[in-house]
Amino acid sequence: MSTTQKPVNQKAWWLVLPVLLCVAFSAILPLMTVVNYSVQDIISPERRVFVGTEWFASVMRDTELHGALWRQLQFSLAVLAFEIPLGIALALSMPAQGWKASAVLVVVALSLLIPWNVVGTIWQIYGRADIGLLGHTLQALGFDYSYTGDPLHAWITVLVMDVWHWTPLVALLAYAGLRSIPDAYYQAARIDGASKLAVFRYIQLPKMRDVLMIAVLLRFMDSFMIYTEPFVLTGGGPGTATTFLSQYLTQKAVGQFDLGPAAAFSLIYFLIILLLCFVLYNWMQSLGAATKEPTHD
Amino acid sequence: MARIELDLAHAYKPDPKSDADYALLPLKMTFRDGGAYALLGPSGCGKTTMLNIMSGLVVPSQGSVKFDERDVTRSSPQERNIAQVFQFPVIYDTMTVAENLAFPLKNRGVPAEQIRQRVGQIAEMLEMSHQLDMRAAGLSADQKQKISLGRGLVRSDVSAVLFDEPLTVIDPHLKWQLRRKLKQIHHELKLTLIYVTHDQVEALTFADEVVVMTRGKAVQVGSADALFERPAHTFVGHFIGSPGMNFLSAQGENGQLRVQSLEVAMPDGVSVPKGELKLGIRPEYLRMTQPHAAGSVPAQVRQVQDIGTYQLLTCDVAGVLVKVRLAADMPVPPVGSQVWLRVLGQHTCFYRNEELVA
Repeated sequence: MSTTQKPVNQKAWWLVLPVLLCVAFSAILPLMTVVNYSVQDIISPERRVFVGTEWFASVMRDTELHGALWRQLQFSLAVLAFEIPLGIALALSMPAQGWKASAVLVVVALSLLIPWNVVGTIWQIYGRADIGLLGHTLQALGFDYSYTGDPLHAWITVLVMDVWHWTPLVALLAYAGLRSIPDAYYQAARIDGASKLAVFRYIQLPKMRDVLMIAVLLRFMDSFMIYTEPFVLTGGGPGTATTFLSQYLTQKAVGQFDLGPAAAFSLIYFLIILLLCFVLYNWMQSLGAATKEPTHD
Repeated sequence: MARIELDLAHAYKPDPKSDADYALLPLKMTFRDGGAYALLGPSGCGKTTMLNIMSGLVVPSQGSVKFDERDVTRSSPQERNIAQVFQFPVIYDTMTVAENLAFPLKNRGVPAEQIRQRVGQIAEMLEMSHQLDMRAAGLSADQKQKISLGRGLVRSDVSAVLFDEPLTVIDPHLKWQLRRKLKQIHHELKLTLIYVTHDQVEALTFADEVVVMTRGKAVQVGSADALFERPAHTFVGHFIGSPGMNFLSAQGENGQLRVQSLEVAMPDGVSVPKGELKLGIRPEYLRMTQPHAAGSVPAQVRQVQDIGTYQLLTCDVAGVLVKVRLAADMPVPPVGSQVWLRVLGQHTCFYRNEELVA
């Protein structure tokens, strides 16, 4: 540890100013407009009433919203439960070098290049019993599959679609993590007589921890805000089976023009994501007992 | 424990054509059971390749590796029962120090009680007993390397323990301690130790026998003494010693010798080989003499450096710079003056085509 004295120079704060301005205009000010809506009842552009926390209170009592929140939590947890292990498995089975590695990387990344609404459309057609490969095959095999009629089918289809769309992201991150492990670790493991499982448990998994943390946070946040794909695929139905939080919010804000409650809920939504990310982050940090290894080369 | 016999060559590229394509040129070598060896050479000389071939991480492209007559050329490190310590510390982040040390034993299904004893013993040797329950990831680089060393030494039945420049990341003063520790462990455990390094001090103090390598070739195997007194190859002369051996061109004819085209008065009872030669003499053995003394050549002093315990002269002998190590009590000639240096004596070596001839 060096004990050299750091020079003190308060002028450095000026260098932070551009960042503060950027953040203010890109994040804080837009957020303030939401705060503004959340505490007022806007009847017309000229007539507005300050209502305090009334919208927040009404949102908290909204049972439809509770349903959407519960569905959303289940969905996001399912997404993580499938995509993280699958992504790791995919990364482990990808070739490490050579033209095969490049080819596989491109193939794996393909689904990430498709726009959200196109993903929804692809699966909408794919799952149709009359012209879709998946729907038709399942029907032919004797399953009465219908993502428009059966809530469970719809829910599973949305989940599978998300797994298909986003597992490659987890795989790419995990792959990057795997490639950064120096060869000496694998050599040492061979010398120490470690089994494949032990290599995974004691070398690969711990070394991937940081990238996996990013993967978990990204997938959690993204899936928690999922909107376009289910909107295109099922439109939130049948009933409310696949109406997730952001779609419910959009219905409220844009469909019914209830800006006040929608704004209030936006803020709560934001805090929920922040809180859950915080919990996830700290939980994953504690898995490695907060041991940041200093790099040595 | 085992005697290790190598008779092999290795090229990383398929279908090697010239010598330059080989990481290791064809060589034959035997490592005695229970010996302490060092592979010494500059970076890229093939010493790590040789080590990895012995441990089984690399399969040689030609030839064989034998442990006690048993051909293990294609066996895994595990089958060979080899331990290896790498240049940079490899530790298992999520484990404690004790778990790290126990890992090679646990993987081999050693009973828990035996593991505990052995780990305790090794930790004591490495002075890590008080850290056994600490998480390995939080330790400093040299502590981590000590764990790596410990993992290499923890198995009592290994054929050999191989070290690949293990002390590179260690502080100098600790390096000294650890090297002594290794030597002591060698005496206590009677393991075959093979140690790769580019640091001659490390090699010479650690090993009973040093293998000097350059460009994929083992040019000399010998004790520290032999490497110093009778380098078998000019590379050894140049690489061992600080500074290395001085080389002058020489021609031997009819029992007479010309050094750098200068006539040398032959001392009594000294015979020199014939033909185009290289004369090698260590800075320690170059002596200033009377002008025109037998076996000496004139030289001009170019530089005087005070190295602390001795003075180092750089002298010009007919266009070639040589280093002379002066004992502390010797008078130091001024820069620019002419001196006579005795180049012929019992410590003088002669080389033809870089190989020792006399």
